[in-house]
Amino acid sequence: MNSAVLTPPQRDPAWLPRLFWLCAGAVLLWPLAVATEFQPWILFESANLKVTGQFLGTFWPPAHAPDFMALVAREAWRTVAIATAGMTLAFVLAVPLTLLSTSVLSVSALSGRMARGPFWLRQAVRGLLIVLRSVPELVWALVFVRVVGLGPTAGVLAIALTYGGMLGKVYSEILESGEPHATHTLLRNGASRLQAFAYGLLPQNAAELTSYTVYRWECAIRSSVVLGFVGAGGLGQQMDTSMKMFNGSEVFTMLAVFVALVALADRVSAGLRKSLG
Amino acid sequence: MATQDPQHLPEHLAVPAPPPLFNAHCRGCWFASGLLALVVASFWSLNLQWAQFFSLEAARSMGRFVAEFFPPDTSPAFLQKLALATWETLAMSAFGTLLAAVAGLALALPASRMHAADPARGRSITRLLLNVLRAIPELVWAGLLLIAAGLGPFAGTLALALHTTGVLGRLFAEALENAPAGPADALRAQGAAPLPVFFYATLPQVLPQLMSYTLYRWENNIRAAAVLGVVGAGGLGQLLSFHMGLFHMGKTASILGAMLLLVALVDALSHLWRRVLMR
Repeated sequence: MNSAVLTPPQRDPAWLPRLFWLCAGAVLLWPLAVATEFQPWILFESANLKVTGQFLGTFWPPAHAPDFMALVAREAWRTVAIATAGMTLAFVLAVPLTLLSTSVLSVSALSGRMARGPFWLRQAVRGLLIVLRSVPELVWALVFVRVVGLGPTAGVLAIALTYGGMLGKVYSEILESGEPHATHTLLRNGASRLQAFAYGLLPQNAAELTSYTVYRWECAIRSSVVLGFVGAGGLGQQMDTSMKMFNGSEVFTMLAVFVALVALADRVSAGLRKSLG
Repeated sequence: MATQDPQHLPEHLAVPAPPPLFNAHCRGCWFASGLLALVVASFWSLNLQWAQFFSLEAARSMGRFVAEFFPPDTSPAFLQKLALATWETLAMSAFGTLLAAVAGLALALPASRMHAADPARGRSITRLLLNVLRAIPELVWAGLLLIAAGLGPFAGTLALALHTTGVLGRLFAEALENAPAGPADALRAQGAAPLPVFFYATLPQVLPQLMSYTLYRWENNIRAAAVLGVVGAGGLGQLLSFHMGLFHMGKTASILGAMLLLVALVDALSHLWRRVLMR
């Protein structure tokens, strides 16, 4: 009896439920695996393995001819420029929409409920913001490539529209989450809505607004590379071309430059946000 | 005294002059001028075709383009194809996220220092790997994987899994390092091996957090999966680029509608889910 107390049970007491959930999970996963044509073994078929090996084999040494490096540098700058120009336009688009949609600046809401007209106007602006940001930027880019042709204009417009929607929504959320007291006092004492915004709402939330904008700029750099794949210029477009020509060494150089670019943007944005507090 | 002319206030009441616009000692001024320079340089170097975009010609072609969207194709045969592609998109996102959660956890273990005496030799190299996985977007992964895995949803699933592994691995590693050390220390003091310590002390504590990170990434991945097919990696995106390339505008409109619906549905569900969790 004594020994039975001292030796703990060697078997997991919960083994039956664990086994059951494991099997149930496998049954649930089966249709997913079928739908995604999940066949890892085709990665290891000899024909595929040979092509992959050849492609990976060309990765080293990375391309480093001077004129190619100059091209990569130019395209990397274009990637940053597309992101920055797109963000600027997105900001220009987002600010008026934010001012229209935030309920803190409503004069009629100071005394009880918001009047019906302003309420529906705000809902309509919010709906517009939702539509702008639910269309993925890649789809906007596909559309604009049709209208303005290949090149950075399509990328800038795509980022401007999607990010304009995102910025507008998050800006008004930030403005509404803060303490409205100062703003309401200004409005009650006869300040105009713009004055109340500039002297009450903005100073209170400036750090958070700036920090979110910087974070979005970092995201925009990543997505401007992706937009290049549908012909919107920049590093992505060059990468797509090199991939289609199976030029592994060029792909490797561009991937390395891209990873470095993203890491740099990450650093800059983290540093800026830290200094904002 | 009360009616004194404001132009001739005594010295101590005078309004101070506004500060100069630029001051070499103020960091905000440097930041603002740097930002301005970046924006100006961006617009200047891109030579954007605004003239072309705002021309009558562009407006007309935009109008034509939008008009061709109507009516959207709603024939039963096409809707069936659309439903299949939507299901494929959902399956890609779910399966990719699941694979990423497993791989992310496997990589988070060497990437985290579990206790003070843990040498954690592979920590920096694993973190570097996770950062590289994370820095390359899904679409670029998909483009690379097409060579190894061929066209279709398999390449897309793997691409989602690779990028998400980087994201989740880093988040998981942070969560593991921040887990309360008490239970693990107790087991370790009793002489338990590292693996049982992880499974019986650390994992149960951080599991809810890991689940919520994974669900959040799934939400992101549904959006990503919808467009991933543009490079040929299956789902709604593949259908979109196919029909858009052939100028089947009615069909394109239906696909765009399905995409918007999917994204809106996911947003609404996650909003609801969060409200339930918050309660």
